[in-house]
Amino acid sequence: MNFLFHTIAGGIILAFLKALALLVPLLIGVAYLTYAERKVLAAMQLRKGPNVVGTFGLLQPFADAIKLLMKETIIPAGANRLLFILAPILTFGLAILAWAVIPVNNGWANANINVGILYLFAISSLGVYGVIIAGWASNSKYAFLGALRSAAQMVSYEVAMGFVIVSVLLCAGSLNLNDIVLAQRNVWFFIPLFPMFVVFFISALAETNRSPFDLPEGESEIVAGFMVEYSSMPYALFFMGEYASMFLMSALMTILFLGGWLSPLPFAPFTWLPGPLWFLIKILLCLFVFLWVRATFPRYRYDQLMRLGWKVFLPLSLGWLVLTAGVLIATGWLPHVS
Amino acid sequence: MSETAVPSKRTVEIDHQSINFGPQHPAAHGVLRLILEMDGEVIERADPHIGLLHRGTEKLIEYKTYIQAVPYFDRLDYVSPMCEEHAFALATEKLLAIEVPERGKWIRTLFAEITRILNHLLNVTTYALDVGAITPPLWGFEEREKLLEFHEAASGARLHANYFRPGGVAKDLPAGLADRIGEWAETFPKFVDDLEELLTANRIWKQRTVDIGAIGGAEALAWGFSGPCLRASGVPWDLRRAQPYDMYDQVEFAVAVGRNGDCYDRYLVRLGEMRESVKIIKQCLERMRPGPVKVQDQKITPPTRAEMKRSMEALIHHFKLYTEGFHVPAGATYTVVESPKGEFGVYLVADGTNRPYRCKIRATGFSHLQAIEVLARRHMLADAVAIIGSLDIVFGEIDR
Repeated sequence: MNFLFHTIAGGIILAFLKALALLVPLLIGVAYLTYAERKVLAAMQLRKGPNVVGTFGLLQPFADAIKLLMKETIIPAGANRLLFILAPILTFGLAILAWAVIPVNNGWANANINVGILYLFAISSLGVYGVIIAGWASNSKYAFLGALRSAAQMVSYEVAMGFVIVSVLLCAGSLNLNDIVLAQRNVWFFIPLFPMFVVFFISALAETNRSPFDLPEGESEIVAGFMVEYSSMPYALFFMGEYASMFLMSALMTILFLGGWLSPLPFAPFTWLPGPLWFLIKILLCLFVFLWVRATFPRYRYDQLMRLGWKVFLPLSLGWLVLTAGVLIATGWLPHVS
Repeated sequence: MSETAVPSKRTVEIDHQSINFGPQHPAAHGVLRLILEMDGEVIERADPHIGLLHRGTEKLIEYKTYIQAVPYFDRLDYVSPMCEEHAFALATEKLLAIEVPERGKWIRTLFAEITRILNHLLNVTTYALDVGAITPPLWGFEEREKLLEFHEAASGARLHANYFRPGGVAKDLPAGLADRIGEWAETFPKFVDDLEELLTANRIWKQRTVDIGAIGGAEALAWGFSGPCLRASGVPWDLRRAQPYDMYDQVEFAVAVGRNGDCYDRYLVRLGEMRESVKIIKQCLERMRPGPVKVQDQKITPPTRAEMKRSMEALIHHFKLYTEGFHVPAGATYTVVESPKGEFGVYLVADGTNRPYRCKIRATGFSHLQAIEVLARRHMLADAVAIIGSLDIVFGEIDR
């Protein structure tokens, strides 16, 4: 065992194992999120959802994955082959990469870095490249239109999201995700920062291209949007990337507003459950709301979506940020940064 | 811009991007091919192309006997088959100068209203789907399923009923069906409430539909609008009220009328009509009395099976009716019904033989479709989808 902790090779193996310990459950989670989505939507829509493959249809995600794997990867004529293949890899890779800094329990992060939140923000901003590259490389105007929409949308909502994160940072006094969670020991941030929590959630919907902001895929206008030309595994990668980023956004929401792995109340019946389980429960709760929203709302129109982002969320989050800072300074609650 | 010393006189024309919307598009409602000239996201010109589902119905009918022509009407607007049959049946009856027995009329009124609900359910919910709400269609199809079972119980077919015949209906309602329809009519208003819960006050739904594709009453009339699309513009014109046929003068119902003629009002009018249809259905069930369902003239309607086993004459009638058909005295009529989509008319010219000389069909959706250019201009691409959804276009009828 010792060599794991004392040699470089051992260190690499250990890091690899740690990454694996996070990624395997994550990928299984992504697979079953698709299943959960279909089941939850089905329940809301008076139908059964997948129930044929395996007990309760539990093997459906694997059946889907195998089906997509077996299909031919079609690269359209005139497409830029390299970029066409690169785009889904980028999208999926980035969605996975971000998980490196997510703390599942106190100190349980693959990389407990002090700029964790910046890293996350940077990675999720890069996600837009996957979309743009896919749209451009497909050599199709539908894909291109979809990509333009998607890019504009993701960029717009990132601005509001940035301000929300800054107000959380002000309250927590740290960029380290672990410390942000620990700062919520007394009160979870969604209580004092409730409007920001709402803004963050809605921005997360927009950021992950989920309904009611699923314009890039705009089923009824520009069908499938930027991924209209994709098939087989590249398509599966986009799909998994979308669901992985839903997971990521839920995790981020949990960390920033819902107290991460902390139990709701710091005494007996609540503390029986271990931290990672609380973390998971909170993520699932957020994900459920993602699905619920999808079953309930129609889709925004492009200009309405932009208006909401720039004319409502941006001033709101900016104003609340100033307010937060003002209150913190006036009351002397500003956390001391060492 | 130009690096030469001489200023360039070349004018640069920026072409609008043209987009082919359909014919294989999930939101195009059938085989609509819409060529959109886009200035960015804004539609500069919308050019609907028709004809992809043309089957020559009108010409085919000229080579069929009157009874054989009925199934073609099911296949026109396949979302509201019985109402289309209704127009043809009424037209033929007018030329034959026959009066359908009372029970036959009640059944036809009943099923015309069931068909209206079927149609509006499909339209409103898939329209919501086009605007991005995925739950309404699945709820609506649950209700549609129940109604299609009534169709099936009465006519033997879920969709292509061939039930309303010249002279009445094909056969009487099976035992117990009236009660089942009555039970369903009690539960249905609750469903409409649920549907409204999802959409009517929903901010996003309103943002997507209010003031989208608005058309005023006068302009709507000029474009030949009818039905819910016209009433949404504030013109209270309903053929069931204006020139009642069958039992519509015997039942009480309100005509749902909108005000702004936008997509939202068209949606509201359809919801209102569904509620009114339930009222009509209840009245039909209440006032229906046992009796014959088709004219008792065996030259026009077939005899019963039992009769055929017994009577030579009945057998001959049956044979003649299903081979030669009946002869219709020479004359012409334009007969209209208020189909769920609006004024559905049949211009029928008879020359005294057993086949129509000409059968011109006035498709409701055709006039609505031609107005897309006006409705969608300067709107966004996503609005075109909402507009098409709200116009309730079915291509079986438009292309004929």
